[in-house]
Amino acid sequence: MNSALTDVLFVRNVRKFGAVAVFCCRMLVQCVPALARPQLIVSQIYNAGARSLIIIMLSGLFVGMVLALQGFDLLQRFGSEDALGVASALALLKELTPVITALLFAGRAGTALTSEIGLMRATDQLTAMEMMAVDPLRYVAAPRFLGGAISMPLLAAVFSIIGLFGAQLVGVQLMGVDRGSFWSQMQSAVGLKDVMEGVVKSLVFGFACSLIAVYEGYHAEATAAGVGLATTRTVVASSVLILLLDYVLTAFFL
Amino acid sequence: MRNNNRALEIGTGLFVLLGFAALLFLTTQLPSNGLKLIGPAKGYSVSASFDNVGDLKSGSPVTMAGVRIGVVQGIHFDPKDYRAVVSMRLEPQFNQIPDDSFASIQTQGLLGGKYIGISPGGSEKFLKDGGRIDQTQSAIVLESLINKFFAGYASKSEESKK
Repeated sequence: MNSALTDVLFVRNVRKFGAVAVFCCRMLVQCVPALARPQLIVSQIYNAGARSLIIIMLSGLFVGMVLALQGFDLLQRFGSEDALGVASALALLKELTPVITALLFAGRAGTALTSEIGLMRATDQLTAMEMMAVDPLRYVAAPRFLGGAISMPLLAAVFSIIGLFGAQLVGVQLMGVDRGSFWSQMQSAVGLKDVMEGVVKSLVFGFACSLIAVYEGYHAEATAAGVGLATTRTVVASSVLILLLDYVLTAFFL
Repeated sequence: MRNNNRALEIGTGLFVLLGFAALLFLTTQLPSNGLKLIGPAKGYSVSASFDNVGDLKSGSPVTMAGVRIGVVQGIHFDPKDYRAVVSMRLEPQFNQIPDDSFASIQTQGLLGGKYIGISPGGSEKFLKDGGRIDQTQSAIVLESLINKFFAGYASKSEESKK
């Protein structure tokens, strides 16, 4: 293999991993003093979380509904459509909720973070802060990262609830599964461990998505095209990382 | 600006509260060992004791002629006669069930959950709130059924050898 190709394939990627790790450590250190200014974090929770709520709720409803529809079709072949509650609850809690919420979060909140910080970079606002001896990591990056990381598990929990509601809407109201069987079988089969698996996954995904979004924005090339590229990279890297981490976490929990 | 800030804080507060409420629901209401918020349903309650309830659960349906008339409310172990006491809540419009009716635990489909089927008796008196169904049949445990089958099969084949 010639050296240029190894450089592109290997060294550049390793270097990028190192850069993200170093950036992560530097920002996590700055997160502690950033906690002293809760208003900054609150406004970021509003941007990343509260404003993503509608898309999360709408997606959750339809994911739950389609899950119940497909699940019912499959289960009734075995005459066990009463297990629909268990099937939808476990599928939602363990896999669909964390993954779909994180993908939507990367698309809705991650891109907003990257382009905002990238534009600050492009218009020299970050440099200006540094000139005034104000650390942009503390005042720009850390609150945004914290806001995203806090919002994600909350969004995932809302997604789960709405998804279950959607599943019961289709399963019980439309398909005529018994409401008592739906909930009682669900409650007896779902353990706290299953719920925690989803919560831990969404915590990890929230951390990863926010980190990537902030990193890409912070290191965007200071041009209009650079900000656009950085936003694209955020979505691609977040999506791939979410699916990869999902496999690792699932293997860890089983 | 001040108004704007207020709206932002209210929005964030609502979002965070909603998120935590959802988390609370997931951790306490969904697993079977969690607290129950849903109060007792309308109707009257009836109890019946069984030798074996299988995997009947509270919330399982109670049916008559295949139509749902109520729900299992709780299952307790009676330490005096070593039987399981199942309390059921029947819907108020089904108040003409003879008091010598027969309750059996049945299975929905091959893999489905258990439910209680009630077949009517011939009595003129009807079940009342706090009433008790005396004639019951336990859940059929598949393993014991298979055991019986094989035991019968083995003794038959021994007979044929003779």
